[in-house]
This record gives sequence, C-alpha cells and structure tokens, in this order.
Amino acid sequence: MTSAQWASLIQAAVVFGTVIMYGAIGEIITEKSGNLNLGVPGIMYLGGIAGLAVAFLYENSVADPSRLVSFILSFGAAFLAAALGGLIFSILTISLRVNQNVTGLTLTIFGGGVANFFGGSLNKLAGGVGQISVARTSSVYRATLPGVSSMSPMMKAVLGYGFMVYLAIILAILATWFLNRTHTGLNLRAVGESPATADAAGINVTKYKYLATCIGAGISGLGGLYYVMDYIKGTWANDGAIETLGWLAVALVIFALWKPVNATWGSYLFGVLFWLYYYIQGLNRASQEIFKMLPYIVTIAVLVIVSIRRKRDMGPASLGLSYFREER
Amino acid sequence: MKDITKTFGPVVANDKVSLTINKGEILSLLGENGSGKTTLMNMLSGIYFPDGGQIFVNGQEVTISSPKDAFELGIGMIHQHFKLVDVFTAAENIVLGLEGKGRLDLKEVGRKVREICDRYGFDVDPNQLVCDMSVSQKQTLEIVKVLYRGADILILDEPTAVLTPQETDKLFAVMRNMKADGKAIVIITHKLHEVMDVSDRVAVLRKGQYIGDVATCDTDPQKLTDMMVGRAVKLNIDRPAPVDPQDRLRVEHLTVKDKEGVTVLSDATFTLRSGEILGVAGISGSGQKELLEAIAGLQNVEPGSRVVYIEPESGKEHDLCGLDPLKIRQLGVHLSFVPEDRLGMGLVGTMGMTGNMMLKTYGRGHGPLVDRRPSSKLATDIKEQLEVMTPGINYPVRRLSGGNVQKVLVGREIAADPTVLMTAYAVRGLDINTSYTIYRLLNEQKQKGVAVLYVGEDLDVLLELADRILVLCAGQISGIVDGASVTKEQVGLMMTHLNWKEAEA
Repeated sequence: MTSAQWASLIQAAVVFGTVIMYGAIGEIITEKSGNLNLGVPGIMYLGGIAGLAVAFLYENSVADPSRLVSFILSFGAAFLAAALGGLIFSILTISLRVNQNVTGLTLTIFGGGVANFFGGSLNKLAGGVGQISVARTSSVYRATLPGVSSMSPMMKAVLGYGFMVYLAIILAILATWFLNRTHTGLNLRAVGESPATADAAGINVTKYKYLATCIGAGISGLGGLYYVMDYIKGTWANDGAIETLGWLAVALVIFALWKPVNATWGSYLFGVLFWLYYYIQGLNRASQEIFKMLPYIVTIAVLVIVSIRRKRDMGPASLGLSYFREER
Repeated sequence: MKDITKTFGPVVANDKVSLTINKGEILSLLGENGSGKTTLMNMLSGIYFPDGGQIFVNGQEVTISSPKDAFELGIGMIHQHFKLVDVFTAAENIVLGLEGKGRLDLKEVGRKVREICDRYGFDVDPNQLVCDMSVSQKQTLEIVKVLYRGADILILDEPTAVLTPQETDKLFAVMRNMKADGKAIVIITHKLHEVMDVSDRVAVLRKGQYIGDVATCDTDPQKLTDMMVGRAVKLNIDRPAPVDPQDRLRVEHLTVKDKEGVTVLSDATFTLRSGEILGVAGISGSGQKELLEAIAGLQNVEPGSRVVYIEPESGKEHDLCGLDPLKIRQLGVHLSFVPEDRLGMGLVGTMGMTGNMMLKTYGRGHGPLVDRRPSSKLATDIKEQLEVMTPGINYPVRRLSGGNVQKVLVGREIAADPTVLMTAYAVRGLDINTSYTIYRLLNEQKQKGVAVLYVGEDLDVLLELADRILVLCAGQISGIVDGASVTKEQVGLMMTHLNWKEAEA
C-alpha cells in the first residue's frame, strides 16, 4: 500500500471509529452502574434523527440560519433524545425491574423504527428520497482547522477532522479520570460491582443507576449525531447502517475491557479492520463480508484471552442484574 | 434501646427488648439461633427499621432509618457477610459512599488508614485488592472501615465464626485496644468461652425476648446456657431404637477440594446404616455441604475417594463416585434439603407443587408429552398429609413460608421411597411446631428402614434425634459417637478440636 492509501485508510478508520467510540464510552458509563443496555443501536438512532430533525426544522424556518444556533440546537437535541431513550430503559429496568436484555433489544428496535419513520418523513418533506440535507449545520460539524487542505495526506489523517473526533478522545480521557479519580466515579463503580455493598455504604443505588444510564445514553447518542452530521454529511438514509455501528459499539465495550481509554484506540482498530477490505486487491463481494467480520472476531478473541487470564477484568460483577433491597 | 419490637410477618423477631450499651465496655449478646440478636443489631445499624420502641444515643432519642443515619450517629456494624467490593483496594472500599466532592485522594486515605492501624494494632495494606485478601484480613478491613467513619459503637456479628483461634486472639486484642480507647463494642457469638474471655457484660436473648444481663465475672458458661435455653423450651424428641441396622452406604477416604484447590473435606470414612439416623455436627462450613453433595453426585471428588452403596437384600455394591445425580437417585439415594438456599437447588420457586413434583418424575412417562396427573395427585397427597398451607397445588412455592417449602421438599423426597435420605439444616428458620413435624417424618423414615443422614446445627436436637453423631472439624471427621451417651460439651469439643482427646485431658 502506498502512503496515500495508508492515509486514506486511517482517515476512514478514524471517522468510522469516532461513531462507535461515542457509543462505547456512553455504554461503558452505563454498564459501570451494572446496567447492560443493549439498546445502544436504538439510542444512537434516536440521537442521530433528533439532531437531524431539529437542524432541518431550524434551517427551514429561518431565512438566514445561524451556524451557532443550529449547532447548539442539534447537539442538544441529540443528547436529550438519546438520554430519553436511556430514561425509558432506566424506568423499565431499575424501577419496574424488567429484564435488561429484553428491554435493551426492544429499545434497539424502537429507536430504529422511530428514527427511520421520521427520517423517511423528513425526506418526504424535503422533496423525496435522499433529498434531505442540512448542509449549513453539517458544515459546522465538518469544519476543520484552517490550513488543513494544504497539509500532506499523513498530517491530514491526524488533524483533518471535524471537532467531534477530538471531543470523543477528550470524553474518553475525562470518563477515565471520572471513574478512577473521583468519589462519584468510585461510588458508581461500586454500584455496578456490588449494589448491596454500595447500599450499605449509604450510596443511593437507584439514583446512580438512573443518572449513569441516562448520561451514558446521551453520550452514545452523540455517536448517531456524528454519523448523520459528519459521516454522511447531514443527510438521512434508511439503510440500517447506524444499527450495525451500534452493535459494534457494544462489542467495543467488551473489547476495551470497560476502560474508556482503551475504547479510543480500539475504535480506530475496529475502523481499520472494518475498512481493510477496501484496500485489499481482488476481493469479491463475498470475501469482503468476511473481512467486515474482523472486529467481531477480534472481540471474541479478546474475550477468550481475558477470561483465561484474569476473571476480574470481565466487566462489572453485577452487570445485567436488577437490584432491590432484600427484605426477609 | 427501649422496648424495641420488630416483626416479620407473623414472626416476632424482637419483643419489647430493652438494652443498654456502655462506653468502654465489651458487651456479649448471647442467644440461640433465631433468638433475634442479629435483627436487634440490624435495627441499630439502619438495615431494619423497628416497628416499635425508642433508640437513644448519648441520651438523645434518635431515628435510624438507613445505614447512613447510623454512621452519622457513630454506629458501625461488621456483618457476618462482608460488605466489600472485591475488585477494589482496601482504601477504595474504606472511602466508598463517603461524602466528598471532586478528586479522590487515595494517598490521604492511605495515610489516615495507617494512623488507625497504628493506634489499635491492625495490619491493613491500603493498596491491596480485597479479592487477594484472606477472610481475616477482610474482617479487619471491615473494622477499619467502620473506625474510619468515626464509629464509637461497634457491633460485630459472629466475627469469630470464620476465624482460626490465632486470628481470634488477634481480634480480641484489637477489641481490648478499642475498649481502652473508650469505644462501645457489642459482639454476637455462640462460643461461650469467647464470651467469658473477652466481654465485660453478657446480655441474653431468647426467642426474641430480653432475658437479662449479667457481669461476665459473676457468671459461668453453665449459668449462661441455662439463661439462653430456659426451661420452657426443653426439647423432647423421640429416638426409637434402630430397626435391624444393616450397612447401606460406605464412604471411604472421601476427599473434596474446592475451586481454588483448597481441601474442604479430607479423608472422610464412615458407614451409614439402614434404620438409623446418623447426625452430622460441626461448625458451619466444616465440610458438611461437600459431604452431602459428594454422595449425591454433585461434587467432584479427589482420586481415591469411594462412596459405596450397598443394595438392600441382594447386598450388591455400587460405587457412586462418577455416577451422575440422576443415576444415584434411581438407586434410592436421595438428597433432600439443601443448605443455605432451599429454593436454589431443591425446588423451582416459580413453579407450583405439581411442577416441582414433576421435576423428579418427568422422565418416567412414555412419549414426548409429560403426564401431569400422577404429579398432581402426589402434590395433593403431600398437601393433605403434611398439612402444607398453600392456596393451591399450582401456587408458586416461592411464595410459601419457609416451613411449608420445607414440607413440600421433604414430602417429595420421601414419596420417592428412598433407601438413603440426606437432609441438611432441615429445620433452619422453622418454628418449633414445624420442626417437630420434620423430626417426626424423619423418625418414620428411619423406622421404615431408611438410612438417614441428618446434618444439623442445633446440638440439642442432634443429641436427642440421632443414633450416632459424626462430628466434623475443619473438613475432617474428628469422631463418631453414640448419640444417647455423649454430652453436648464433648461434641462441642470435638467440633473445635481434631485431637479432642488430648484437649479433654
């Protein structure tokens, strides 16, 4: 491969990786509270469509839409809509103690349905399939540093992205610091490891679970927003791509061993593995699909290796279990 | 504490208990199992909320509705089951749940922890992970955790049950240091010699009622036992003579290791005879569970272990090691009550009686469909004969009371016509009446020629019910004695000393 090809592969991997990095960071925070939210794909859908819809409505209701306002509106809407998805999950699993797996899978189906319904409607409003475009808002997300266009391909592969690529990395570092270096983070981890212990130590388990799940979902939803605004440049397609990415985000959580920092390079690695087929000569459609499975195979390999080596790295101990104080 | 009352459904766990805990004093709380000691202390530490009565701390009336309230009043409890997060370090566990905004300064925590350790003579490494700690280290950590929160009243719930004698001595030394520092300490224990050794005052509970308190120097173990048991509860259980005893099950060199490779049952050799009840005594966790499960085919045993089942009449011998539980059951060896978790291994909680009956017989029908009729008839019979209180035979057994669950389980096992019946903690959590029903059922089985293995925790019952008593001590059999002639003291000695003959001398 030439260096230009390498640069192009890295670029594809970083953009792809950023989508799932948001999904994974949000899900790690959720899972640290012991909630296994398999609704990540649905939540990313909700974030994506909410951001797009609000930007579209704003751009079409004002004669000269402000970039700043359209950014704030779309970013906020995406986070809130996704957090709302997390709230649905929280109410069902924490307060009503419905099975988490069932709830999560249902949320995935629900989010996809809602998003594709409104996505289709927006396209219709915009004049037909594939017609929707929020170019102005999207340009905010895709704005790069000045002078990037004159850089070498390799420099571009490092610096030539919209701000959300870097925000994801900052979020990963912040999340790591929060989980390991703050009282609140310690308490949150305790809730996911042993809610009974946390309860006895005076921690409000329900509150922690709710907040972690809703904020985590909000962050996951930003992945959907990034996909819509940057990856497909402010358009919408009912093609199920977000769902694929959502499941990769769930796999990335496991691959990263529930550590946000691992999710950064892990997500780029997933991106490289996912796009590798494009750069390998002589693949037909069938063998391409085999290459696209690589991220999942790597995840399984990591799981096997980790489970042989150290059990305690296998995620929060009470992951997937609902908690209620036991009365005699 | 004044006139404290707590009920769980129809059970009165504490009935108008009044208790005073003094500064600079170690108070022993004594009572039989189920006499309400832990419940009483749980109300001090905020786990339960009393139904009636008042609590005063330093003369002020207080309301303790959560563990947090208790911390704030300086009350800390060290539970029998440790409340620690395994993957956290000692320091992280200590600061868990404490108010504190922003950054977590573990170095500062470590420094404070060392300060506490130096003051009272603990040995805790703040950076060690809990999952790498021994039981006694975890307990020490629990105590440090409570002290870190500034507790002045410490409650220890059976702290010595899991400790070796050396570790116990160390704990007592620390407790005396804390006493000298003006802390009030409550210790719940069953071991009378420890009560005599460490405490200043003894308070006795019996069946949820406060009997009284005495200064330790004015009493002796005999008097305390009298207070604990009282006259009214003198148990009287029949012990019919064994009927035509024949060897039924021969256990030879049975050795079981747990997942970590630690030997939990070592070289157990004994014979179980038909028509007799062989009692098994021992401190909990001495290998009882492993013994029963190994016989029932639920445990992997070490090479060299043999469990030989001798068929009645024909005298044919079968080696049970290596057979699966179903085959062992078909031979007539039945494990009935399962310790710790009755519903976990014995019954399916969400199914009704009929469904639970079917668990043992589903393979008997012909064709792919199950026949519910025999099972529902059996369920009806058991319900009537054993007076199971249930709204219906299809009512989920999970919602029945403990005693009724127990009856369903024993009824099912007996109905299968066992030749060997094993029971563990059959009457745990049951009231006197139901307990007697269970004893009666076991005696009936014995008279029918069944070989009964009875694991119990109440020595008085074992002494009255069992024909012979096998005593376990730390995974080894320290002896098998005649139930009619042995004394409680002797069994107690054998439970704690492998070479009890020397200890006695």
